[in-house]
Amino acid sequence: MDVLGIPTQALFGQLLIGLINGAFYAMMSLGLAVIFGLLNIINFTHGAQYMMGAFCAWFLLERAGIGYWWSLLLAPVIVGATGVVIERTMLSRLYQLDHLYGLLLTFGLALIIQGVFTNYYGSSGQPYRLPEEFAGAFNLGFMFLPKYRAWVIVASLLVCFGTWFVIERTKLGSYLRAATENPALVQAFGVNVPRMITLTYGAGVGLAALAGVMAAPIYSVNPQMGANLIIVVFAVVVIGGMGSILGAILTGFGLGVVEGLTKVFYPEASNTVIFVIMVLVLLVKPAGLFGKER
Amino acid sequence: MPEAAVAETAATAAAGAPLLSVRGLNAWYGESHILHGVDFDVAAGEVVTLLGRNGAGKTTTLRSIMGMVPRREGSILFEGEETVRLASNRIARRGIAYCPEERGIFASLDVDENLLLPPVVREGGLTVSQIFELFPNLQERRRSQGTKLSGGEQQMLAIGRILRTGARLLLLDEPTEGLAPVIVQQIGRTIAKLKVQGFTILLVEQNFRFAATVADRHYVIEHGRVADMIRNADLDANMDKLHDYLGV
Repeated sequence: MDVLGIPTQALFGQLLIGLINGAFYAMMSLGLAVIFGLLNIINFTHGAQYMMGAFCAWFLLERAGIGYWWSLLLAPVIVGATGVVIERTMLSRLYQLDHLYGLLLTFGLALIIQGVFTNYYGSSGQPYRLPEEFAGAFNLGFMFLPKYRAWVIVASLLVCFGTWFVIERTKLGSYLRAATENPALVQAFGVNVPRMITLTYGAGVGLAALAGVMAAPIYSVNPQMGANLIIVVFAVVVIGGMGSILGAILTGFGLGVVEGLTKVFYPEASNTVIFVIMVLVLLVKPAGLFGKER
Repeated sequence: MPEAAVAETAATAAAGAPLLSVRGLNAWYGESHILHGVDFDVAAGEVVTLLGRNGAGKTTTLRSIMGMVPRREGSILFEGEETVRLASNRIARRGIAYCPEERGIFASLDVDENLLLPPVVREGGLTVSQIFELFPNLQERRRSQGTKLSGGEQQMLAIGRILRTGARLLLLDEPTEGLAPVIVQQIGRTIAKLKVQGFTILLVEQNFRFAATVADRHYVIEHGRVADMIRNADLDANMDKLHDYLGV
C-alpha cells in the first residue's frame, strides 16, 4: 500500500518518530515557556537538566534498584531541587539585569554540568532497560506501535494538559499569570512572590527531568543528549513564541510531525526544516506564532 | 509644618495610638531621594488625603508604606508595630491593602480571577456579593478579560478586589483620575460607605474638590515632606493657602 509513492509502513513509522520527538519538544519548550514567563530568564541549562533527569533514572535503577515508575516521580523532584538551589544562589541575583546575563549564566552552567558528566561517564551512552510491562507492540493493522512509544505520547499529552490546566484554570495559576504581568503588585497583595519564582523554576526544571526519564528507555543515556535536543527546542520556542503555554505545546507536537514527514518526503532537509521554518516565522511574525509583542 | 499642625498630629497620637503612624520617612528610587522625612498619622476609621503637586512624593509615600520602594528609612507603625523593614507581602498580611494609580488590572485574568486574586489576610472582609452590591456593573462582566473593562469599571474592580481581603487600612492612589463625573460620584459614595463600615482610608488625590467631599483631614505634601495639615471643616478658611500649595 502506497501513499504518494511512499510505503504506508515507512510513512506511519516516520510519523510516529515525529510524534515522539514532538512530545519531547513540547514538554521541554513548556518548561522553558513557564520559566521565561515568570523569571524573564532564557534557561539554557534546560537540556542539561533533561540529561540529569535521564541519568537520575539510570542511577536509581542501577545503583538502588528503583524502577521506572518511581523514577518518574523521584527524578523530577531530585533534579527540581537542584534547580531550586541554582535559582536561590545564582539566578535570583540577575532579575534586575538584561536577559543576556541569565542566558550566559545558564549556558555556562549547562557546559559545566555536561562536562562533569562526560568526565565521569564518557560520551558513549548507558542503556536504560525498558520496563517489562512495555515489552512488545500493538498491531494497528497498518503498522506496529511499540507499547513504550504509545505510552510516551499519551503521558506527554497528559503532562502538557496538566501543566496547561494548572496555569490557566487554577488559583495557583492565576497567581502565576498575574505575577508574570506585575510581580510587585502581586507581592503587595500578600503573595510571597520570591518563593513562587523559586518553586516555578524548580517545577520547570522538574518538567525537563521528567522528559529525561521518559527519554531514557528510547535514547541512550549520555551526557550530550540534552545539548543535541536543546538547540531544536529553542527553535521550537522561537517559532511558538516565548511565554505562551498553549503555543509551546502545539508547536512542539506540530514541528515534531513536520520533521518526521520531511524525513519521508525529502530526507535531505529533515535536519534543517525546523530552522527554515524558524527563519520564515521570524520574518513574518517576530514574536512567534502564539507570542505577543512586548 | 506649621506648629498648629504639628500639635494636632501629636494630639492625635496622644489620644490613643493611631492606626498608622509615619515618622521621619525617607525613600529613594536609585539615586533620587524622593521623601525627606514625612510625618503623619491616620486614626482608625478616618479618611485622610495626601494632597500636593505632581512629583511631590504622594505616590511614593503610599508605595513606601506598602514596602514597594527599593529603599526606605524612618518609622512606619501600623497598629503600633514597626513595618518599615518588612517585605511588601508581609506588610499586606498585617492588614494593609493597596490600589495603585494605574489600577493594576491583570490582562491575563478575567474579572472573577482579578477579584479573587488578593489573598484573604484577615477575617471581616466583604463577601463577593457585597462587592457586587457596591459595584453592580462588575457582576455582569465576570467572565470578561480584566483589561477589556472601561476605565471606570477597572477602577471599581481595583477597589473591589482589596475589600475582600479583610485589610482595615486601604491605600488608594488617585482613584478618580481620568474618570467621568458620574463615576467619580459613585466612587465618592463608595468611600463614604466604606468609612461607615469602619474602613480606614488613606487617599492620594490631585482633585481636592473631590477630596473635600470624602475626607476628614488633608495633609499637603511638598518636596517630599508634609507641609501642612488641614481639617476638612477648616478647608474653606484655608482655600487661599491651599491654592498656593497646589498651584491651581
